[in-house]
Amino acid sequence: MSSKATAQPLSLKIASGAFLAFWCVLAAFPIVWIAVMSVKSPRDAFAASAWDVITGPATRAAGNGLSVLDIIVGLAFLYFAIRWAFTRLPGLVARFAPPGLIVLGWLVGAAAYGLVFVLLFFGVLPAVMDVINGIAGPLGTPVLGLTTEHYVAVWGENQFYRNFMNSMIVTAGVVTISLTVGTLAGYGLARSGSNLAFWLLILALVFRALPHSVLVAGYLPWFINSAEILRPIFGELSPTLYGQPWAVIAVLVSINQPFTIWMLRSFFQNIPAELDEAARVDGCSHFQAFRRVIMPVMWPGVITTGLFSFLLGYNDFLVTSLLLDAQNQTMVPAIAGYFNRETTTTDQVEAVAAAVSITAPLFLLVMVFQRQIVSGLTAGAVKG
Amino acid sequence: MKFKTFFWFVGPSVFMMLLFIAAPLVSVFIQSFQVTQPIMQQIEVETCTPGFLTQTCTTEVKTVPVIDEVTGKTQTTTEWVGLQSYRNVLQMDKVWAALGSGNWGDILQIDFWKALRFTLSFTLFTLPLVIGVGLLIALAVNNAARSLRGPVIFISLLPFIITPVIGSLSIYWLFVGDGILTATLERWTGQDIAMFAQSWTIEMLMYFYRVWHVAPFAFVIFYAGLQTVNMDTLESAIIDGANRFERLRYVIVPHLMPLIIFIALIHLMDCYRVFEEIVGFRSQAHVISLQWLTFDFLTPDDAGNRAISRASASAMLTMIGIVVLLVLPLRRTWRDHKGGAH
Repeated sequence: MSSKATAQPLSLKIASGAFLAFWCVLAAFPIVWIAVMSVKSPRDAFAASAWDVITGPATRAAGNGLSVLDIIVGLAFLYFAIRWAFTRLPGLVARFAPPGLIVLGWLVGAAAYGLVFVLLFFGVLPAVMDVINGIAGPLGTPVLGLTTEHYVAVWGENQFYRNFMNSMIVTAGVVTISLTVGTLAGYGLARSGSNLAFWLLILALVFRALPHSVLVAGYLPWFINSAEILRPIFGELSPTLYGQPWAVIAVLVSINQPFTIWMLRSFFQNIPAELDEAARVDGCSHFQAFRRVIMPVMWPGVITTGLFSFLLGYNDFLVTSLLLDAQNQTMVPAIAGYFNRETTTTDQVEAVAAAVSITAPLFLLVMVFQRQIVSGLTAGAVKG
Repeated sequence: MKFKTFFWFVGPSVFMMLLFIAAPLVSVFIQSFQVTQPIMQQIEVETCTPGFLTQTCTTEVKTVPVIDEVTGKTQTTTEWVGLQSYRNVLQMDKVWAALGSGNWGDILQIDFWKALRFTLSFTLFTLPLVIGVGLLIALAVNNAARSLRGPVIFISLLPFIITPVIGSLSIYWLFVGDGILTATLERWTGQDIAMFAQSWTIEMLMYFYRVWHVAPFAFVIFYAGLQTVNMDTLESAIIDGANRFERLRYVIVPHLMPLIIFIALIHLMDCYRVFEEIVGFRSQAHVISLQWLTFDFLTPDDAGNRAISRASASAMLTMIGIVVLLVLPLRRTWRDHKGGAH
């Protein structure tokens, strides 16, 4: 595109660049803004002037603030922590993870890294900086109001970690089961050209369009009364499905199946059929061919599909809020609980802090898996 | 692949879809013709309050649910009521009355029709905006320097990936009573602004939210499509004297047409299910959607009862819309499939 004919006039270039800058601000602003609000005292968070919200004079007056030194050291620490995560961590994981269980190694590695990071950044660093700020004089006086009290309130007093655990259980269950079931089905559908396979895919497409509330209207009476309905079969052990995380996992997996099998099918179609045919010629059964030949090469597709399953399980509001009771509530419906008592501005800022807490893992997810997400989106479109 | 192997591969997935998607549909269909109510009985209750000299006693007839002696729960009966639940949801008598008297606006006072009106206008208004904005971003990113593209894609993905309820909440907080953007608008215009006091401003914010949320998806797909535009066609268009806009109109857009159709289809499906916006913007007093209507019937009321049969009826009515929506694309797929087979 460098020939003279396609060269663009300056005005077009400027317009295009300006539009892009405008879009980036628009895309990031609401998310960045709630992150800023969540670390200010209520009076600053809902101040009328944007500058007050950013600098937080009331928060600073209450004795919570960052000095110039704090900001410099904090940013430097963040920079090195992130660099270390991208340069050294993969090596460590590869060295210590048992062969074949690299995924597990990553999970443990990421959890350990997160724990150490939180301990250092929120535990050790503030204590050290307190001492240094005392000596540093003018550089050590707070200039930027910042407080973590709302996060402490949300995660400590309001026991948000319970909702977090429930979210993790539901999400992990949804991802593992829907991938296990979905890969098998996707492979079967990709390798079978029969009419039945075609009809199954069309049926899945129809199922994908169903509003989730329609399905939940079907589950609710059965789930609430399941103990009595199942008694003839399971006797006294028959469970009430309402309020059980694993019942919600089963529901979300099924809701997610249509999308999963469409996506995985398009990935498997990209793997040449000659590969498993060669294995079959060498005497493998279909299942052996799948396990030994296809499984080693299918991971990019599975990771991408897994990301979208994660999003479905993590972001769901409707199913979890209707089928889980208060003890087993996940994070997203739990935030609705803040609406009801959102009477003071403190409550509002706590709700903001909870919202930011829910968004943070997603932010990390995009950072790490940006390429897979983009490839997943486009794969669905090009094949679908 | 033999049928038996195919069956073992596909079986678990199909089983789950049948059990948790197809069976509930049948169940909803049946429920929509039934009503389950607690059995009520009338009993005489004598209540006495201590008074001077004698107690004051009153007897009154109360209606209380019958309690099962064994389980301790209220006994319920299930009756076939035909189309009663549909009638309760649709409220056709009021609709005819409104039509007869000429006050057409009255129809939109009824929950179902209000929800239908919003769902349809939501779907139709956001569709062109999502495609237009997505295409614009894709063209702008394609124009930008290569080193900028990665960060821009990263930022663009954020609105797409964020939890819908949280996304709409984050915009809600910008515009809520003393939110920063409302305060700024008030300073510019010099008048009092309440974004959440009337339905049209809420609807505007919802349209904005949905475009903000889905445009990145359209953008990523269009951007991938732009990478495969045939340069030869583009150059011959230049030689033929096509200007920039004509090249976009006659070369690039036709090339992207299958993707545009794909996004439109996905968007129609997703918009028809609009729900999270209602929760995030807390707009149930002004604006509701079809899926929210069913959700509301399913949520226990103050007495702990769920209006299952009305929820089922409204769910079935929602389904009709889905069928209408899907008939055309499915017919096309079927024709393509038959065409491909021969």
